[in-house]
Amino acid sequence: MMDDILLSVEDLHIEFQTYAGTVHAVNGMTFDVRRGEIFGLVGESGCGKSVTGLAILRMVPEPGVITQGTIRFHGENLLEKSDEQMRTIRGGKIAMIFQDPSASLNPLFTVGNQVVRVIRQHLHLGKKEALERALAMFEAVGLPEPKRIFHAYPHELSGGLQQRAMIAFALSTGAELLVADEPTTALDVTIQSQILELLIDLRDSQGVSILLITHNLGVVAETCDRVGVAYAGSIVEAGATDDVLFDMKHPYTHGLLAAIPHPSRRGQPLQAIEGSVPNGLALPPGCPFHPRCPKALPICQTQPPALISLGAGHFVACHLYAGQKES
Amino acid sequence: MTTSPLVEVRGLKKYFFSRQGLISFSERKVVRALDGVDLAIQRQETLGIVGESGCGKTTLGRTILRLLTPTSGQILFDGEDITMLKGRALRTYRQHMQMVFQNPYSSFDPRATVLQSLAEPLKTHTVLRGEALVRRARELLQQTGMPGDILYRYPHEFSGGQLQRIAVARALALNPKFIVLDEPTSALDVSVQAQIINLLQELQRSLHLTYLFITHDLSVVQHISDRIAVMYLGKVVELSPTEALFDDGARHPYTQALLSAAPILDPELRRKRIILPGNVPDPASPPSGCRFHPRCPLAQDVCTRVEPELKPLQDGHWVACHLIESHQQEEF
Amino acid sequence: MAGMTPQENLLAPESGAVRFKEYRLMARAFRRDPLAVASLIVILLFVLGAIFAPVLTPYPEQGRGAPNILEKFQPPSREHPLGTDYLGRDVLARILFGGRSSLTIGFLVVFIAVAVGVPLGAIAGYYGGAVDDIIMRITDMFLAFPPLLLAIAVAAALGASFTNAMIAIAFTWWPWYARLVRAQTLSLRKLHFIEASQSIGVSNSTIILRHIFPNVLTPVLVQATMDIGGAILTGAAISFIGLGVQPPTADWGKMISTGRIYFIERPWYAGSAGAAIFLVTLSFNLLGDAIRDVLDPKTRRAG
Repeated sequence: MMDDILLSVEDLHIEFQTYAGTVHAVNGMTFDVRRGEIFGLVGESGCGKSVTGLAILRMVPEPGVITQGTIRFHGENLLEKSDEQMRTIRGGKIAMIFQDPSASLNPLFTVGNQVVRVIRQHLHLGKKEALERALAMFEAVGLPEPKRIFHAYPHELSGGLQQRAMIAFALSTGAELLVADEPTTALDVTIQSQILELLIDLRDSQGVSILLITHNLGVVAETCDRVGVAYAGSIVEAGATDDVLFDMKHPYTHGLLAAIPHPSRRGQPLQAIEGSVPNGLALPPGCPFHPRCPKALPICQTQPPALISLGAGHFVACHLYAGQKES
Repeated sequence: MTTSPLVEVRGLKKYFFSRQGLISFSERKVVRALDGVDLAIQRQETLGIVGESGCGKTTLGRTILRLLTPTSGQILFDGEDITMLKGRALRTYRQHMQMVFQNPYSSFDPRATVLQSLAEPLKTHTVLRGEALVRRARELLQQTGMPGDILYRYPHEFSGGQLQRIAVARALALNPKFIVLDEPTSALDVSVQAQIINLLQELQRSLHLTYLFITHDLSVVQHISDRIAVMYLGKVVELSPTEALFDDGARHPYTQALLSAAPILDPELRRKRIILPGNVPDPASPPSGCRFHPRCPLAQDVCTRVEPELKPLQDGHWVACHLIESHQQEEF
Repeated sequence: MAGMTPQENLLAPESGAVRFKEYRLMARAFRRDPLAVASLIVILLFVLGAIFAPVLTPYPEQGRGAPNILEKFQPPSREHPLGTDYLGRDVLARILFGGRSSLTIGFLVVFIAVAVGVPLGAIAGYYGGAVDDIIMRITDMFLAFPPLLLAIAVAAALGASFTNAMIAIAFTWWPWYARLVRAQTLSLRKLHFIEASQSIGVSNSTIILRHIFPNVLTPVLVQATMDIGGAILTGAAISFIGLGVQPPTADWGKMISTGRIYFIERPWYAGSAGAAIFLVTLSFNLLGDAIRDVLDPKTRRAG
């Protein structure tokens, strides 16, 4: 089953040296993305999900440094690759789309021009073939009137169309893994649903694996096959979406879901998690969640919990389940 | 006996004219942000406003608060016409209506301490100074669950949730009756959002506040609002008590599509997704007739020619759609 | 309005704003930059030299202009470290006294430019509309004047003098600040705290004074520092063509102008004046750069 796993992030640690001190943005992030699945990396601010996404493409901005861990793509550690090798992988095998598509597309060139350029660079196709491939991609992402869009400039397109163009751009070279960082957060709800449908469709028809980074649990529930819940730089719970969202184990996951308004709880106060997300400069010792955890044990204050398997691909990092570890 | 509404808006229009320079004969672009809105907000209720970009909900909040001057129509606050008030007269009304903004970090002067920010409304409208002022500032912070010893800190030292509490404290400084909340939780984490929503509801009960809650988050608006108005391109297309709307009560095709599009956690609550074609049109050039007709799956000929009016259905449920009137609409 | 990602970006504070508590960190970053410290020292030396000129030189009257014909054209020596000029005056004394006019022009011109340009820019950016248009068109008009030509025109109209030179330069300098502050104000208006104050009922003038001015301070400070050097340079140029400081008052530009004729054989006169201008202008530029680096959290090096 090992070759089922496309991307494997293990014990990733990323630090930022700032004038105010060292920010521990990522502290032992561990998860896999399998072939042909949509994996949701979900968490609130400060959980390190965006930085992790960037790290996969070795695009962590300064002053960030990856201090520990491995990121394996097809079994090979990306962190050990040369810049030259990464350039082939970036855009070629692994592509990324961001929250703000207008910031990722060059405003000076038409959309088509940019896509064709990237196709030719990675796939070494002639102009004609590249053009055909680009148009085919535009159709595949559901862009209406692909020829017109091809000759349009990014600012002439609406947010939803821009995001589709971004996705076409990202997948035009036949990338196997798409890292999508909050791709629909800046879009209106009705457009958002279109884009999410598109991502699901791409998974089904083209076999693209998607790492979907988001803070919206509703999005995760409706699109992801498996999900990893991140808190303060590490994964606290991971597994099949239904398992994690409805048979949750970690107190944070529980608190997160309980805080979301539900019509059955209308009229009652929402169950908020006390306190707030810790500052990356001063993470609590032991389990990062323990100061806010209603079920904290004494050991939680000193010992960070390891990610253990509860069976059926359901993982949790919590001392409450130490005895249930599946061998 | 029905008491009069606290805030009433009649035929409110707000157009933005883009300047083409002093010497230009080219067509000026007119953005019809609000194009005839009628609403009444009852005392101590929470009216939720939902809609997507370009629908005018943010403009509505700001216009009611007179941060913008209406192009036409009327705004009544507590029975008084405040539509065209200016200067000192307007400033007197400012005490009664306040606003909480979406991004807590940008709603505070980064160079002002918490005390200075809280003192601003007090210094502008009251004679409180010195010790008494500081005491009142501490009181306000306590009311919103913040410790009193943060007075000399700066905004950037707080988390989003904490800062939003301070924003609420500032809004309460002058004992307002009415608060416009413009996406107050959209920039916050889910766990913090819950805290702020609880706080807002508690304060509403204890201080008898009236809220206009603007948001795009349907689960939040469902939780906190008594009634909900759905806006599209500058007009209200549906107005209904909350429970009725979410219990399969949505009648306007846009509302139905909107409710179905929101990603929902609980699979039992999910509806069949109605995917709308096209994009939200440009408020500078709205479609003829019913503004929603180009994207409406049920559009008829009359929809392309005549704009539907907001008409009552039953029990405070109003809809602006030709199909409802003629009872031709089917369930999706 | 679609949603925003809940982001608490620890590394990117609001534009233009300065955290008072971080002054200590900034001072520390500043001290670590050798160029910054060096430029500050050089400037201080010149300023102190100018202020205490009468005490620092044994020849204060010569600095002020009294001739000493017997010793004219002396090369640098023990008694005259920088030699003497064509009237036998000690060049070092002339440099020290010359610093008075040059530095005064530099500081005063920038002061006037800031005092006029910043409020106008803030008003234009805050009110927008017709007010903005009018102020910006006036700004454009003034931007079209080249400093030297204007100085000539002013001199022709009002006579050549130190004060008139200063006015002429300030005339052409303030539009830059108006533009800078207007741009800053426009981006500040996108933030909500201005609206928040408006919704509280704070008057527009108070908002401009209390909220806009303090937040546009940073870029203005950086620009002003660098401009002092530029103003000194322009002042020297105006004196060079004879329209600024009039003899016998010492002035570096004038010194270059009179000294260039015999520069080949007796370089110490024009040379020292040129070096002084160069050093001071360079130092202000470097200082401005350093201030900008220190105030911008992104370029500030880690603790």
